[in-house]
Amino acid sequence: MSTIRVPRNMRAKRELLKHAPKLVENGKKMIILHGTKTSAVLNSVLADLFHLKRDHAVKFTKKNDNIRPFESGGETSLEFFSLKSDCSLIVYGSHSKKRPNNLVFGRTYDHHIYDLVEVGVENYKSIESYAYDKKFAPKLGTKPFFAFIGEHFESVEGLKHLKEMLLDHFKGEVVENLNLAGVDRIFVCTAISPTTVYMMHCALRLKRSGTSIPRMELVEVGPSMDLVVRRNRRPSESLQKEAMKAPGHAKKLKNVSNNPIDGKLGRVYIPDQEVSKLALTSDIKGLKRERRDAKKNKEHSKKQKVNPE
Amino acid sequence: MSEAAASSNHEVDLGHLMAYDPSHHLAAAPSSRAELRDECLRKATELAQAVADALFSLPATEGRDGPVVRLPPPANRLPREKHLPRPAPPTKWEAFAKQKGIVNRKKNKRTWDEQTNSWKRNYGYDRVNDDRDIPIIEAKMTDEPGVDPFAKRREEKKGRVDKQEKNRLGNLKNAAKVGALPSHIQLAATAIPITGTKADLPRKSKKEDLENVAGMASSATASGGKFDKKLPGEKPLKKAGKHRKFLPVAEGKGMGNLEKQQNDKILNSLLAKNFEEPLDVSKAITMYKVKKDNNRRKDKKSSSGSDKLKPGKKIHKKSSKKST
Repeated sequence: MSTIRVPRNMRAKRELLKHAPKLVENGKKMIILHGTKTSAVLNSVLADLFHLKRDHAVKFTKKNDNIRPFESGGETSLEFFSLKSDCSLIVYGSHSKKRPNNLVFGRTYDHHIYDLVEVGVENYKSIESYAYDKKFAPKLGTKPFFAFIGEHFESVEGLKHLKEMLLDHFKGEVVENLNLAGVDRIFVCTAISPTTVYMMHCALRLKRSGTSIPRMELVEVGPSMDLVVRRNRRPSESLQKEAMKAPGHAKKLKNVSNNPIDGKLGRVYIPDQEVSKLALTSDIKGLKRERRDAKKNKEHSKKQKVNPE
Repeated sequence: MSEAAASSNHEVDLGHLMAYDPSHHLAAAPSSRAELRDECLRKATELAQAVADALFSLPATEGRDGPVVRLPPPANRLPREKHLPRPAPPTKWEAFAKQKGIVNRKKNKRTWDEQTNSWKRNYGYDRVNDDRDIPIIEAKMTDEPGVDPFAKRREEKKGRVDKQEKNRLGNLKNAAKVGALPSHIQLAATAIPITGTKADLPRKSKKEDLENVAGMASSATASGGKFDKKLPGEKPLKKAGKHRKFLPVAEGKGMGNLEKQQNDKILNSLLAKNFEEPLDVSKAITMYKVKKDNNRRKDKKSSSGSDKLKPGKKIHKKSSKKST
């Protein structure tokens, strides 16, 4: 016998409603996790990534020894964390002899692993190592630009995947309206070899150019690193199709016209009345006629009987 | 919306504020890191300019803190985070109302209560025509004596509430089947499964479990563990299992007969299932007579004192006592 479980208070209910599937979704949140072992470099990388996304990210600090994203059964607790923290972007760092400075980017769909890309981090420079005028520092939560450079992003399958992954991880919220004053950062990803992407994060300076379009200038603010593609896992065809489904457009309003004199006018179609399918109730007047007729007949016959006597 | 800029062929996806240059070749492996960085920055500035060109030429409206532009939908489609919301199936009542053509009408939330001369809520606390406001129920001729009418009314109300709750659960279960359960409701049986987990994952064995197993093992001897040496600290088996009792196989009366009866019963039930021939009355009568005869003969034999032949003496004594 199953029982109904509902939140006990309004706050909890509101929180759950936030997690519900929606037509227009909230921005994706990122969860950052450590493996059994992480190097100093990886710790710094994860901290920096969290710093970049700290309005839309959750960072766990404990070691996780049962997470192996690419192995079956190893994604169990990853999916659990994704469910509990309502995050659909995953960054998982681990360090081993076989795969040093390993970073796994992943996405979930319906809190199940959707796809994964594994990269190694090389030539890492942290945010702290950059010295620049702090007034150029990008503000938290602004929507970044992206620049992808290099043919390998199109020709090499792994990099193509990584490009999509990086875009999804760092694009920020999907917005319709953008405040132009909030344009202040760019992610630059260059494919320097078929396996390596040089990624850096820069601030944008808008300079006067004499026209309405400002001149762009880049100031590197870090972090920057080389990402060497290792393993990856693409979504299955059916799952991809399912996840790419777009909400249907709202139906066009038909037969309604608006003009200032008449106001709002609608044309209404009235279908044929199907008598055979009408909902019947017990007290339909038409049905009583039989009774009335019977009564009348009775009286009539009485009168007739009286008359001959 | 991707636009190919005129100067060089880079794609601009304004929805993501992204520019991509697929044609760029790095100048023959830059010798140093600094060179590479400068090269990248130069190219990136170009691309950023391309995005800015497209972005700042969009029609802007004056917002509270700066000009605001409306971005086109992104060209590079990215997967959703969760599935599209599914429409809930109609409840039993909704389906019924549709079939009957019943339409919801707006009702006032309050009604004029003539008893108290005031407006009262239709439902809930302090509502109109509340049963609990009636302190006296007039007795009727049909009333059963000994029944508290107030308690009865309360029972009826509770019954109606319970029924509604049951209906609600049924509707929710139907919704859960198509995955359209409202997100704040969870049926205890429908927690989202996580890939790789098994419902019957072996749990860690507890101390009790181990004790039980040890007890079972120790009693798995011919004597049921009666004569086994106990280890120091070993406790006697807490839950002694049920032991089967075997009936004596030797024929006799009373207990001695039970075993045969039991087997007869089983056999008959089996035969009765497969019995297809119609009942032959004459045959049945002869069978009955023969059986009766046999029984009589057997009775005579037992009374004539053939006790020595029977093995189960104790049982026989008992049964003979009973018979007398």
